[in-house]
Amino acid sequence: MEGGGFKPVRFYDLTAHRLRELLLRREISAVELCRSVLNRIDEVEGRVKAYITLDREGALRQAAAVDRQLQNGRELPPLAGIPFAIKDNMCLRGLPATCSSRILRNWVPPYDATVVEKLKDQQAVILGKTNLDEFAMGSSTEHSAFFTTRNPWDPKRVPGGSSGGSAAAVAAGTAVCALGSDTGGSIRQPASFCGVVGMKPTYGLVSRYGLVAFASSLDQVGPLTRDVTDCALVLNAICGHDHRDSTSVPKEVPDFTSFLVDDVKGMRIGLPREYFPPGLDDGVRRVVMEAVSVLETLGAHVEETSLPHTGYALPVYYLIAPAEASSNLARYDGVRYGYRAPGSEDVLEMFRASRSRGFGAEVKRRIMLGTYALSAGYYDAYYLKALKVRTLIRRDFDEAFEKFDALLSPTAPETAFAIGAKTEDPIRMYLSDIFTLAANLAGLPGVSVPAGLVAGLPIGVQFIGKPFAEGTLLRMGFAFEQSTGHHRHRPPDTPGGDGS
Amino acid sequence: MNKYEAVIGLEVHVELDTDAKIFCPSSTVFGARHNAQVCPVCLGLPGTLPVLNRKVVEYGIRVALALDCSLARFSKFDRKNYFYPDLPKNYQISQFDLPLAYEGRLDYETDDGARHRCGVVRVHMEEDAGKLIHRAGAANAPPYSLVDYNRTGVPLLEIVSAPDIRSAEEARAYLNELKTVIQYTGVSDCKMEEGSLRCDANVSVRPRGEEILGTKAEIKNLNSFRAVQRALEYEIDRQIGRLEAGQRIVQETRSWDEEKAVTVSMRSKEEAHDYRYFPEPDLVPLVISPSWVEDVRRALPELPQTKRERYLKEFRLPPHDIRVLTASPGLARYFEEGVRLFPEPKAVANWVLGDLSRLLNAAQVKIEDCRVRPADLCDLLRLIGDGTVSGKIAKAVLEEMFTSGKEARTVIAEKGLVQITDAGALKEVVDEVIAGHPDTVQDYRNGKTRALGFLVGQVMKSTGGRANPSLVNDLLKERLG
Repeated sequence: MEGGGFKPVRFYDLTAHRLRELLLRREISAVELCRSVLNRIDEVEGRVKAYITLDREGALRQAAAVDRQLQNGRELPPLAGIPFAIKDNMCLRGLPATCSSRILRNWVPPYDATVVEKLKDQQAVILGKTNLDEFAMGSSTEHSAFFTTRNPWDPKRVPGGSSGGSAAAVAAGTAVCALGSDTGGSIRQPASFCGVVGMKPTYGLVSRYGLVAFASSLDQVGPLTRDVTDCALVLNAICGHDHRDSTSVPKEVPDFTSFLVDDVKGMRIGLPREYFPPGLDDGVRRVVMEAVSVLETLGAHVEETSLPHTGYALPVYYLIAPAEASSNLARYDGVRYGYRAPGSEDVLEMFRASRSRGFGAEVKRRIMLGTYALSAGYYDAYYLKALKVRTLIRRDFDEAFEKFDALLSPTAPETAFAIGAKTEDPIRMYLSDIFTLAANLAGLPGVSVPAGLVAGLPIGVQFIGKPFAEGTLLRMGFAFEQSTGHHRHRPPDTPGGDGS
Repeated sequence: MNKYEAVIGLEVHVELDTDAKIFCPSSTVFGARHNAQVCPVCLGLPGTLPVLNRKVVEYGIRVALALDCSLARFSKFDRKNYFYPDLPKNYQISQFDLPLAYEGRLDYETDDGARHRCGVVRVHMEEDAGKLIHRAGAANAPPYSLVDYNRTGVPLLEIVSAPDIRSAEEARAYLNELKTVIQYTGVSDCKMEEGSLRCDANVSVRPRGEEILGTKAEIKNLNSFRAVQRALEYEIDRQIGRLEAGQRIVQETRSWDEEKAVTVSMRSKEEAHDYRYFPEPDLVPLVISPSWVEDVRRALPELPQTKRERYLKEFRLPPHDIRVLTASPGLARYFEEGVRLFPEPKAVANWVLGDLSRLLNAAQVKIEDCRVRPADLCDLLRLIGDGTVSGKIAKAVLEEMFTSGKEARTVIAEKGLVQITDAGALKEVVDEVIAGHPDTVQDYRNGKTRALGFLVGQVMKSTGGRANPSLVNDLLKERLG
């Protein structure tokens, strides 16, 4: 393959379904594939900084095991041998799960998250754990206690967040697929910034067992991949009821690849006007409207609609998520695991010192916000009121979905912003999730699909669907991607890519 | 004193005797090695999630029904947030505004035989915390504390009484009855010394006839029923003393100091925790179907009050016997089995409450573990009935049965304790006694009938208690003419 003057195939830059064909045809071994990605990591990781922990030996061991299975002619699960990155807020037995926090820096979980267990069942090759904003609180990875991940398209820019490490790894070729978590847009916004596909499933479709909680009623694990087909494959692998998560829904799940048909004729798509405010970035607006034209050309009916309570989504989110976080993060106190500040005279002082030094500024800000919102005398005015408005937001969507199969919007209000641009202004940072967080509040599935470039930077469009209508979103995304090829764009230093 | 009236409400925590903890599969057995009965979930490790043990709900429903409560159709769990090193998540999963059950009642009796009724405000489920073990440091080293998380996540039922209790004695009687009822439902052994039953007391005083409640104090660290009574007696006196002296009562939490026999202030209302309760997002709301409740109701055993009424009607026992026999399900079960095999309730009751209870108490053995099974006791009663042994000898036989585990017949045969009912065999002894006590014989003949008793006693003594007393009586009378 390497001879004859042909351009060498960059295995690390192919999709999982393409690599599966090559593996099954024995055109590449799982170990070769793994080495290709590890070499790519050697090449670019110093620049991208997607990973907190790498497990080269573990990855190669798993790849070798897959090769043995292949040699024995065994039938292999769809993701066998595919190199994966896992966001570092999910537990993988034996590797640290830092959540990008000083307070968990050295904590090694003694158990596997359900999603990790499922990837292991798939015989996926897990390369390591990726960077995030501390405890998934942020939109840029700048709130990581360790370092900021760079956008592979422009190292001066953020990859988005909080699953920035996972998105950057998939975009940079340092992982073929990745898992992220999404509480208010943390999969979809970095997918948009890095030019990859990112899906937040319906709340309850994927088990949260082993995902370190940020806001329990909003968190979902989901795929970050290079195309919609891979997204369906990963979703197939990680979804399903888990008796260890009471909020996971006991429901039959379909084969999501069955929705990958290149046909959206007659499908009804709504454009919520609140997602196209007057001040929206021109480039973003242009890209989304081009996507609308494409879908119309393909036979979809696109129509404007309204989600009247959209304006409340951000304040509601910033009451509910911090309230839950303030309680979820109470366990980090230095008693049992994680960072313990030395030199305290009594246990209260130890709690205070460990938490003061162990948590970063953004995490502390949210703990304080949430503690305040739940305090006696304020609960009704803030938290309870927020729960009520959350119901109204959900109702807006219910009504819209009586008319539409899906809603279409920009994923993020802009392309990847410069590192440091928003770190001094939390509200501006929060606004980065303005188009994504309503889906979390309503528990709905959302997917961001690459929709083109603006000034050389990728941007995604978001499809939001009814509960458990991931199939519909995958079908729309697939048709869109087949007709546009936007998913084939690769960062400047990785020309080529799939099929070219 | 009589100018004032105390108003008391009790919050009782009962550990439920399920195999697994409330939100994870770890074992709940008491007394295991420190931190041996834990898993990622009850240790609150990052990423773990609680899953409700349905058995806990079933046990909760049992108690709720036994206390005549209404069951919630729709119930939920909430987080109670506070920092404490024995609480691995620094919040406790409890129930706040939608408890499992509400509005029940418990009827109980004080020692003077007076009947009382106390309302039950609510019954809710929650997880227990771990245990702190405080250690003195080595020489020059500071003291330190260890945490045992075995108890973390053990299911608790909290039973909150209405403020219907009016004295320390009533409080104790309420607790006694509550314990009995819960033991009958089979969900807990209610051992205060092992912490499977715990009690906090809220108490205030007010001038008699006053409707408005006085300012209350909450008393903690009550480790026995006796402590509850003593602490309340102390606290009621203290509060009355303050009012009499024209002082105010401060709303506060106080701790009972067993050694000094006083309550001391722990924290004031201002220092009270703000628990920031909010709905537990990791658990789904609990829907309790009426058919589930009915299933549990049908399987509920006979409760103490019903049993007492039945004993009175069926067995015609004195009230005191009934109270003691029904105080624990084990004793009642033993008694009922005994009556089934030997249908003389009063005789069975006498032996169970008398000699058998004395032996059990002395040896610190539970009735369930008693080697003399009801069938064995009834054999002995039959042997008394047919004259094989006297009642007096039977006491000794029972004691031997109790320690050796042997059957009554075996003990009697081995020790040669069969009663002598053969007049021929006794005549000789009777003659000897008469010959040996001429003065007493004279007394009897002079009309002192009580002298006969002494002579009977002497015959019994000479036969090692084995002589049939009425036969001896007859023989002596016959001889002395």
